[in-house]
Order: sequence, then C-alpha cells, then structure tokens
Amino acid sequence: MQPRCHSFPENAARALDDVDLQSALGRTTAGFPKKRLEGIATLPEFELLRDQATRIREHVLDHLDWYLERFADRVQAQGGTVHWCADADEARAAVLRICREADARTVTKGKSMIGEEIAINDHLEAHGITPVETDLGEYIIQLRGEAPSHIVAPALHVSRPQVSAAFREHHADRDPGRPLETPRELLGEAREVLRDRFLAADVGITGANMLIAETGTSVIVTNEGNGDLTQTLPRVHVVLASIEKVVPTLEDTSTLLRVLARSITGQEQTAYTTFSTGPRRPEDPDGPDAYHVVLLDNGRSRLLGGPARSILRCIRCGACLGHCPVYAQVGGHAYGWVYSGPMGAALTPGLLGLPEAWHLPQASTLCGRCEAVCPVRIPIPEVLRHWRTESWRQGRPGGAQRLALKGWAWLARRPRAYRLVTRLAARALRRAAGAGGALRRLPGLGGWTATRDLPAPEGRTFLDQWRERNR
Amino acid sequence: MNADAPHVGLFVTCLVDLFRPTVGFAAVRLLERAGCRVTVPDAQTCCGQPAASQGAAEEARAVARQVIETFDRFDYVVLPSGSCAATLRCHYPELLADDPAWAERARHLAGRSHELLSFLTDIMHLTDINTVYDGKIAYHDSCSGMRELGIHAQPRQLLGLVDGLREVPVADAEACCGFGGAFCVKYPGVAARMAEAKCRGIAQSGAELLLGGDLGCLLNLAGTLGRQGAATEVRHVAELLADLTDIPPIGRG
Repeated sequence: MQPRCHSFPENAARALDDVDLQSALGRTTAGFPKKRLEGIATLPEFELLRDQATRIREHVLDHLDWYLERFADRVQAQGGTVHWCADADEARAAVLRICREADARTVTKGKSMIGEEIAINDHLEAHGITPVETDLGEYIIQLRGEAPSHIVAPALHVSRPQVSAAFREHHADRDPGRPLETPRELLGEAREVLRDRFLAADVGITGANMLIAETGTSVIVTNEGNGDLTQTLPRVHVVLASIEKVVPTLEDTSTLLRVLARSITGQEQTAYTTFSTGPRRPEDPDGPDAYHVVLLDNGRSRLLGGPARSILRCIRCGACLGHCPVYAQVGGHAYGWVYSGPMGAALTPGLLGLPEAWHLPQASTLCGRCEAVCPVRIPIPEVLRHWRTESWRQGRPGGAQRLALKGWAWLARRPRAYRLVTRLAARALRRAAGAGGALRRLPGLGGWTATRDLPAPEGRTFLDQWRERNR
Repeated sequence: MNADAPHVGLFVTCLVDLFRPTVGFAAVRLLERAGCRVTVPDAQTCCGQPAASQGAAEEARAVARQVIETFDRFDYVVLPSGSCAATLRCHYPELLADDPAWAERARHLAGRSHELLSFLTDIMHLTDINTVYDGKIAYHDSCSGMRELGIHAQPRQLLGLVDGLREVPVADAEACCGFGGAFCVKYPGVAARMAEAKCRGIAQSGAELLLGGDLGCLLNLAGTLGRQGAATEVRHVAELLADLTDIPPIGRG
C-alpha cells in the first residue's frame, strides 16, 4: 500500500466531507469509551493488571533478542520454521516462497496488520496466487479494494448498504433478487461464500497477537472463529508477526489477554483465543503439515534504543483509536497508511520516516486520553512530542507556520517589545469587534473564524492595567 | 499582610493578559483571600508552550530560561491555566534536563509551580468563597489540567461553596474541545468538528453557564457556541469564584 501520510490535511478534509464516513464514525466511535468502562467495571484489579501488563511488555523490550531466539528455538524444535525478515521485501519473498513450495493457488487469510504492512495480498496476486480475507471486516474491504480504517474493526467506515452493494457486485453468481440487508443475511452470505474458500485453500496466513517464547506458540484472538479455520484446514500455516510481539510465558499471555479486549470492546475475552504450536503431530486429529513464522523487523529494532521505544509495547487493542477525538472525526484512512489513530501517529514515523509521516504526530491536540486508556500505559503524547522535535529539526513544519513561531519566540524573549505588541493587538481587536464582543472574521486567522467567532479582548492588557493600579 | 504569608508570583499567562485581564484580577483577589502576598512580575510574557508543543526545543528553552529567571525568587508560581502550569511543572525539567546550568533550577521551579484552583485548594486550603450563583453550570475539564496535573476535584470543591450553583453533566465530558494550541490553526477543519461536537454536548446539558480553568479552551468553546447561536454563557471559573462577573461573558460584549 502506497503511503499517503504526507497528504494528511487533504485526506482529513476529504474525510470530513464524506457523508457516509461521517455517519459511520458517528454510529461507532462513541460506543467504545462506554464499552470499555463497562468492561473494566467488572474487574476491580484492572489498574493493577495494567501495571503488570506494562512491566511484561517493558521486560520483553529489555530482552527482546533473548526471547526471540528462545521462541525461534522452540518453534524449530517442534518442527516449524522461522523466517527472519529485516524488511517488507524479505517478508513478502518469504511468504511467496512458502506458497510456491506448497504449489498454492488459493490462500486464506486471517486478520493481520503485518499482512497490511507488507502488502502481502498485492504481492501474492501479482504472482498468480489468490488471497482471500476471511475476517468479515477484512473480506468486505478486500472486495471494496480498500485498506483497513481501524486496527481492530477494519471495516468500521463501511455502512451496511455499502456492504450489501459490495456483495451483490462480487457474488454475481447468486440470485440477484435475494434479500441482503440485515446483518444476519449479510453474515450468512459471507459464511457460505467463504466456506468454499476455506476448503479450497492450500495455505492459511494468520497474524499473531502474541508469540510465546517458552512454548513456541503463536496466539490469535478473533470474534468470528475465522482464524481457526484459516490455520487448521490448509496444509500450510504461515504466521505473520513483527518481532516485538513476543512474550515470555503462557502466564504473561493470560495477563495481557485480560487487558486486551476489555480495553476496546469491553469483552472479558474475545469469542475465540487460539494457540498454535507447530505443525500437526501424529496424534493430533487435525492441523497443518507445515508451520512457518515470518518474523518482521521493518525498522522496529531501530526504535528500540530511542525515545519512541515505548510504542513497541503496543498490543494493538485499539483503545487509543476508540478514545481519540481526532480519529473520531477523520477515521483511519486519513492517516494514510496501515496504522491510524494515536498508536499509528506514534509508530508510523518510526517505520516510514518523518518525511512521509511528519503530519501524523502534529495532528493531535496532545489531549492525552490515549495514554489514559492504554492498557500498557504507553505515553503516546510524549512519543508524539519526540517526533515533533525531530521534525522541527528537519525543517517541518516550514513556511508561514515556522516563521510565525520563530517570530513569536523572538518577541516572547523581549518583554518590552512584547508589551507594545500586545497593547496594540488588544486595542485593535477590541475596536474591530465593536459592541458584539466577538469577531466573526479575521484576516490571517481564517481557519479559526470560519467556524467560530474570536472573542474580543477586553481592551487593555492585564499588565498595563496592573502597572497603572500599582504605580 | 502577614510577613510570613507565602509570596506568590502570579503568571497571568499570555492569553489572560491579552484577552481576559479580569481573570488576572480574579486570581489576585482569590490568592490574597487565601492569605498570599501576590507579586506580578512585569517581565512576564508567555510560558513557551507553543514552542514546546511544536518541538521547537531551542526556542522553548530560551523562553523557559527567561521564565525561570523572572519567577525564581517566589515561594510559589501560580498560573490560572492547567496547560501553562503543566508546561512549567512537567515540560521545563524535560527541556532543560541536559543543561547543567539550568536543570536544577528548572526542577526547582517546577516543584513550586501550580495551577490556580489546585493551589487554592491543595496548598492554601481556601474555603472562603462568598459568591452566589443561582443556576446550572457545566464544567469543562481541560485536558492538560486533568491528565497532566490531575485537576478534577479541586474546581468542584470550590464551586461547591457557591450558593445556589448546580453542576450538570456533559456528554463525553472527557473529550478534548479541539483547541490544542496551534492545532486549531494547523488543522482548522478537524479542530472545528471537535469543537462543534463538544459544544453540542454542552448546549444539550442544559447549563446556563460554562466554566473552565483554561482560557484557550474557553475562547474556542465560547467562539463556537457563539457561532452556533447557543445561549450558554462562558466564563473562567476564577471570575465567578472571585465575584468579578460585572463584565460580559467571554465573547459577549
């Protein structure tokens, strides 16, 4: 997927004008804070669990190399294969190689953000292999030729009539007169179509919410059970995961699972939590013949020693997206790449670089609600501030914004000149506002006055009045 | 005035200085009532938050050093704004951490800098509020004050002493109003929608008066409510507590 983070302002403007998107966002985003509160209300030790989850994730980052090697050793000891990939190219090549060795024509896919990050579907299609998304949301956006707009609810931006239209267009062999409006009808049709695909698939690709070092296990959480069919029916199971997904033990996994779903949907647990440990053993009733883990770095090890390191704690629960006032207005696509919302704004500059992604850390009020709900207490505003500092050093923002800030900073260090300017400004704005007490238009501040008045100053600055009274 | 009275340097903040001097006078009145000796240093300008938030580290450091020099000599520095107080308390020490000549001074100032309402309650234990307001108010908890400084109970503690005042809840009260300093100028379209969403909740709350502790947010909210034609009036909470409500509400005259 070609990143379009650099055009965030245009993306956002389009999003604000998109009536369908706005109605979808209005329907969905308001619900997350309430669901989270209901979910954590049933768990008095939730805050302690957050502390514990934070410690686990920090500990992993402290010893990442050690846990990764342990994980890889366990996978190999159980007959699986680990593919270490430095970047997206290597990961794509590894997956393609596996698919070719399996002589694959159809590949089913569970939901995977790493799959999005390396754009695996495009790569497979370009090489004659048909990837089929099996998560309902991912399936819908695959039909629509879109990227996910939310890391947990990928089709959050799509309305029910739009889903219906996509199904009618792409399931052309079905009765055109069939009813296809209710969630049950839509889901039923998706299940029927996907059932054949599950059975036809040669390779199943899933993501991983966690990789357990002590057992060599990959874990996925889903609410649809599609991941289980994706990874147990085909001959080959490929796990796509980034390196920071590793956790030390099963016990740690359970701690993280207790805060993961609660933080966004309020669920105690997702409907399905599936552990995969190597290929099918002789005594297993089912499972794949081969088990591969494609481990992706793609810039993460670079972040490990720097000020943005804490974003690698992220467990992709989506709580920050669900509580972000900016995300609630513009949705995920405006962020221009795979990861959106606060965690996307904190992570993407580290993966794509600031020349592409510099807008994302700017497009935040630093309100801090993301940090307040993050189950692993990532100080997201602090990470955004770090990227802003780097960005300023590199000359962004430039132009009028940069000049204005530098001019203001010059003035702020010269109290006498500052006093003169504020005295004149207070008077001029007061006069311009007249008796109404507010300005409806102000040249140079059109962004402000387009949608709100500018309350007028009282007329004389505090410091002028104070000096006069205390002379 | 008692010579042992804590000596407070009042940093009125750039927005109060320019837009709403009454908040400065209200702060002086409340601080004096709480038993403080108040000085307003003449050399004050702005706390440097615009530069600090933008990542303009050199510019922010230069302003921070000037503020430290200006306010070093007081027992306390008090600001009628959560986000400006957070800049002194939370961000100066970070900005100057690697500067041996200034790191300690920054930490020292940070420890003595307070947002007005939390200072009045937590440090001065002020209970002497003799104001009457017979009506329903909504309170906007500004993000910096609430999340960086933990200010939530303090304004309500003081408003609880106002006769007749009733606080009504606002939908999604913890959502940001979309001001965000330069954010509302850099991304005006997004900021406008955030403000509109916030103001819908405020208008629906049935409050006659919206109070808050940060003038940036209040200018944003008053300007948006005004444009929407909402009847809700907007004031800085210090104006009401100090009984300086002779001037019209923000943006109304």
